[in-house]
Amino acid sequence: MFDIVISGGSVLTRTGIEQIDVGIADGFIAALGSGLEGSEMIDASGAWVGPGLVDLHTHLREPGEEWKEDIATGTAAAAAGGYTAVVAMPNTVPAIDNAQIAFYVSERARRIGYADVFPAGAITMGRLGEHMAHIDELWDAGVRIFTDDGTSLDNAAVLRLAMDYIANLGGVVAQHAVDSTLSAHGCMHEGTVSSRLGMYGIPSEAEEIVIARDLALVRLTGVRYHVQHVSTARGVELVAAAKADGLPVTCEVTPHHLTFDHNDVETTDPDFKMMPPLRSETDREALREGVRDGVIDIVATDHAPHAAREKEVPFEHAPNGVTGLEWAASVAVETIGDDMARFFEALSMTPASIGQIPAHGLALAADQPAHLVVFDPVAEWTPETTRSRSRNAPYLGTQRTGSVRATLLSGKITYEAGS
Amino acid sequence: MNHLLTTEGLERETLENLLTDADEFAEVLTRPIPKVPALRGKTVATMFFEPSTRTRMSFEKAAKALSADTMSFSPGTSSLSKGESLKDTALTVHAMGVDLMVVRHGATGTPWRLAEWLDIPIVNGGDGAHQHPTQALLDCLTIKQRFGSLDGLEIAIVGDIKHSRVARSDMFAMATLGANVTLVAPPTLLPVDTTRWPAATSTDLDAVMEKMDVVYLLRVQTERGGGSVFPSLPEYTNRYGMTSARFARLKPDAVVMHPGPMNRGVEIGHDVADYERALVLQQVTNGVAARMAVLFALLGGDSDV
Amino acid sequence: MRQVMDGDDLTRVTRRIAHEIVERNHGLDATVLLGIPTRGRPFADRLASALSEIEGKAVIAGSLDIGMYRDDIDTRPRTRIGPTDIPEDLDGKTVVLADDVLFTGRTIRAALDALADLGRPAAVQLAVVVDRGHRELPIRADYVGKNIPTSLEEHVSVRFREIDGDDGVWIGKEAAS
Repeated sequence: MFDIVISGGSVLTRTGIEQIDVGIADGFIAALGSGLEGSEMIDASGAWVGPGLVDLHTHLREPGEEWKEDIATGTAAAAAGGYTAVVAMPNTVPAIDNAQIAFYVSERARRIGYADVFPAGAITMGRLGEHMAHIDELWDAGVRIFTDDGTSLDNAAVLRLAMDYIANLGGVVAQHAVDSTLSAHGCMHEGTVSSRLGMYGIPSEAEEIVIARDLALVRLTGVRYHVQHVSTARGVELVAAAKADGLPVTCEVTPHHLTFDHNDVETTDPDFKMMPPLRSETDREALREGVRDGVIDIVATDHAPHAAREKEVPFEHAPNGVTGLEWAASVAVETIGDDMARFFEALSMTPASIGQIPAHGLALAADQPAHLVVFDPVAEWTPETTRSRSRNAPYLGTQRTGSVRATLLSGKITYEAGS
Repeated sequence: MNHLLTTEGLERETLENLLTDADEFAEVLTRPIPKVPALRGKTVATMFFEPSTRTRMSFEKAAKALSADTMSFSPGTSSLSKGESLKDTALTVHAMGVDLMVVRHGATGTPWRLAEWLDIPIVNGGDGAHQHPTQALLDCLTIKQRFGSLDGLEIAIVGDIKHSRVARSDMFAMATLGANVTLVAPPTLLPVDTTRWPAATSTDLDAVMEKMDVVYLLRVQTERGGGSVFPSLPEYTNRYGMTSARFARLKPDAVVMHPGPMNRGVEIGHDVADYERALVLQQVTNGVAARMAVLFALLGGDSDV
Repeated sequence: MRQVMDGDDLTRVTRRIAHEIVERNHGLDATVLLGIPTRGRPFADRLASALSEIEGKAVIAGSLDIGMYRDDIDTRPRTRIGPTDIPEDLDGKTVVLADDVLFTGRTIRAALDALADLGRPAAVQLAVVVDRGHRELPIRADYVGKNIPTSLEEHVSVRFREIDGDDGVWIGKEAAS
């Protein structure tokens, strides 16, 4: 008799997809087999059972901006979205540029128990783009991804030295690739819609220029490089070319860039304001294609909560960001279709491998920690509520396909649909 | 019509009805007692988050000429940015008993937000570089009074198109009323993508101006743009200014317009603004009549406009 | 709809009223004729041409729209604003207002308010094609084409060729289309 048995699902195992039961005991996967009996049964018929999802790009807002989100509400939303591990971005207040704050974030998440949190570290002190952060100290605290996310690290000399240092450790430099001079004043994609609305635009070239320059520095330093929230067709092409050249480059795309485009900004609804901005229809199609064919390695949420009062302002004055943890898997399945292997690769296994996250993102096998998700790829649902503290998501009230039935972290149910 | 937010997509009949009404209100303004009781008991609030004395005065004069009461809200520059959200501000003023709000804001889309939060008519008094529909009405009224109709007229809008809500509003309204609009600007002051706009574009005023019936000059907004968008003011005037020499080359019955405030000697020649064929002051007068038509259309009973 | 006056009747009462106006005002030297849009306007024009014939000189009617003076702006569908066109200074003149139907009197009340804003006439008189009764205000017509007792449910429709394509007066339970 196991503690929990997940029965009747399609299970992603090391040897492929199998119709078997998963038996869980003492927080570990104890057995994969047929007809298993547990004191608690989770019905997975018609559903996918695989490793818990891993988000490489979450803003938990703690410490410093707890009115938007905190580690408890953010990881609760993560669990509801099928995630068992998230990488917390370092643009907290103060920034995660030293080991104490990194410890605080991961330890607090551990005590709460909804999801494992792996903080990303800032590349520069205070994310100001000038002096190197405490990279060694952060490394020792388990940090593997370094980014000044929220802003682009513009200074090529500072970036180059950080790349040299991080390459030597074996870490990853992740870049929020938006040129700050071309994006100054801008609040949406530069194009036909920005022209009509009279809003300052951010040209696609703001992304291309940073990626192209960074790729040159990757060639120079050999660092592992990850493009965050790629938003343009040309950005994807640059990454594809770099991969073809054998550079150690990966990239992510957000759910909202797969679902929406700049035409949605015509509403001037601040929930459609994010950085990088929603691009053209052509860009959106290229991103969707990139996810399907694997040029874009992963889907990462860029879950960026903001309080209602912060978004109840004109578009141009609103902060950037949308929440995403709870519907990212739906958007992924809407994009990828019924390719279960690709789904888990893009949402769990590859993010864990890019982020060097231990014990997560592994195809199921006995004797490994039971970090699992049960995901129904065809169930239709309409998000109306959220476990996040904030509601800045144009997904609320829209019908989605694919919903999470249950999430388990170390064999403990952190989310179960309908409960 | 529940609100007046934009001229884009307004039906020709709606525009023409507003202009016809505006013409009648223009007559009211010439009476010994330039005031009618049409909106007695109604309260119009002007919410100007961006300072503009003249537009506010014009709306207030329009409301008062219709016997409406007026209230005005103008935030101090500091209280606006943080603290009370725009929504709370709007709800607070609405709770005082307001029947219609005129909103001006430096950010695009603000009037739409208020229309979403409040159940009263909203008039866009200018949002960012996006729309300023009552300006378009008063401009079209001025042109209609001069030429009888906008049908087939050649109209050039000259200047900082990229950052101009006047250009955007006027272009859509003028095109809907049958005019052929050409937007003329230095390449840095044309929007990046105008492919779906009902207007031609040009960077060469001299090449297009001789066929124009109306040359509409925009204020050079040196405060917008964030950087150097043309080399210098004299160079701008040299290529795009309506100097008296250029004026002399216009068609004999062509007119010059300007939304004000003018930079004499920059976009308009020092004395050109005073010519009989410069309609600048008539535009200002018509502003009151056009705004009366809008307020009356939105508050004067079940509107069929 | 039941026809109660035809085109000839309309012409006859217009002529008769024109004569009454001349008689009562001892000529037209200090008289200004203003029609209330929509159908007071063609009535005023026809009175003007009848008066021209009688007096042997051109008489021009103006118009006075009351859309901006109505007291029921919140309760009735708004009609379009009609033109106001005052042909001469009203101070010290006798103004003859012309309208198609006199009913509650509220239109005339609004017209009197409008007139007060436009000048200070020495006297104001009222000419209507039909007086159908049911006054809500102490207002009466000086010149009436025809008194037609009606019930409140009935609708009186005065039609003019210039606007409606034919002349005459109809009465019925519904509005003529």
